[in-house]
Amino acid sequence: MTERDDGMNRRKVLECMTWAGTGVLWTIAGGVPTSLGIIDEAVAAPTKGFTFLQISDSHMGFDKPANPNVKGTLEEAIARVKSLPAKPSFMVHTGDISHLSKPMEFDDADQIISHAGLKVHYVPGEHDLIDEDQGKLYRDRYGRGTKGAGWYSFDDSGVHFIGLVNVVNLKAGGLGNLGNEQLEWLEDDLKSRSSSQPIVVFAHIPLWTVYPEWGWGTEDGARALGYLKRFGSVTVLNGHIHQVMQKVEGNVTFHTARSTAFPQPAPGAAPSPGPMKVPDDKLRGMLGIATVTFKQNEQRLAIIDTPIQN
Amino acid sequence: MTMIKALTRLLVAGVAATYLQVAAPASAEEVAVKIGNFTFGPQELKVKAGTTVTWTNEDDIPHTVVSPNGFRSKVMDTDGKFSFTFTTPGTYKYFCSLHPHMTGTVIVETQTGSATVGGQ
Repeated sequence: MTERDDGMNRRKVLECMTWAGTGVLWTIAGGVPTSLGIIDEAVAAPTKGFTFLQISDSHMGFDKPANPNVKGTLEEAIARVKSLPAKPSFMVHTGDISHLSKPMEFDDADQIISHAGLKVHYVPGEHDLIDEDQGKLYRDRYGRGTKGAGWYSFDDSGVHFIGLVNVVNLKAGGLGNLGNEQLEWLEDDLKSRSSSQPIVVFAHIPLWTVYPEWGWGTEDGARALGYLKRFGSVTVLNGHIHQVMQKVEGNVTFHTARSTAFPQPAPGAAPSPGPMKVPDDKLRGMLGIATVTFKQNEQRLAIIDTPIQN
Repeated sequence: MTMIKALTRLLVAGVAATYLQVAAPASAEEVAVKIGNFTFGPQELKVKAGTTVTWTNEDDIPHTVVSPNGFRSKVMDTDGKFSFTFTTPGTYKYFCSLHPHMTGTVIVETQTGSATVGGQ
């Protein structure tokens, strides 16, 4: 927890210099292969980079027909994590840990996720802040060392990671919202960094406009992206929409991960974005995790989505 | 279409209130708003001051109703309800604080003003 705000210690500075010194122009290869063979190959390949994981939208406590056993599917997702041939460095969880912000739901999530044996960096989804005190439970449990409603940054292996909160103070008729205080913090957080340092931003609601009719976007996301423009490699990881979606715009790769709980329809494909009931034998192919691999020697960042069952 | 639905609901609610609460004053009227498919139905309501509006969540996802100048519900899970009695005339715009693209309006008229359905 304490390393989140430690600024630039000597080791970090050296790492950044390494990035800058190699003059590497980061290229991003993003794809969505789904067969296990490709994943094994990708992860088993010798690499000097590192891999981290993204999981999202566990919705502990959800018990409706779209998936009456969300604990079971989260357990399966974590089993998948444990079976990866190369151990990931850590995990990010992009929110909606719980369905109704109940202590028991957070307990269940923590208990199951801890079996992965990985450090987890969380950001909240809107479902995690609906206790009586509007997010106190979340902040007490996951918000140590964070700013405001729970935003923070940290460095790992030369990459700068930024966890943002875009699910508070939402305005009527609007989309996700970062707010001025957080945006000013972000601008300041990035100010002194070399533009050759790879950046990974993670937040619950997509920072790019996926489908405003369903609220799938962030009102002031463009301002955040403006601060990131000068960086050569930016990866934006989101959840919320319970399906894989990817877009590359200049140096920025946008990617949303699957849920471990239930799928949601493609934009506009149903009357509403509510949980989608699919045949039982199809469900596990629509839930999953994502691995993100930085390979310094191969000069690329690869995002691979793995369903919990092919 | 929405307007007709709204008027029908208001009429039904009004009639029900009349029959069920013969001795009660007109201010005891009750109107229902359904939350389904991430929309409020009816999206716009016109009621007399004193009317109690009850929202019921019929989605598989929790919702809230929040009006900056009036009320804030707790989170409503599936089949959850929230009621608010409108005593002060005015226009109350509200939304779901979890899914802010969901918006609705309650227009509260004075008791002596136009009738419940307003003849509009």
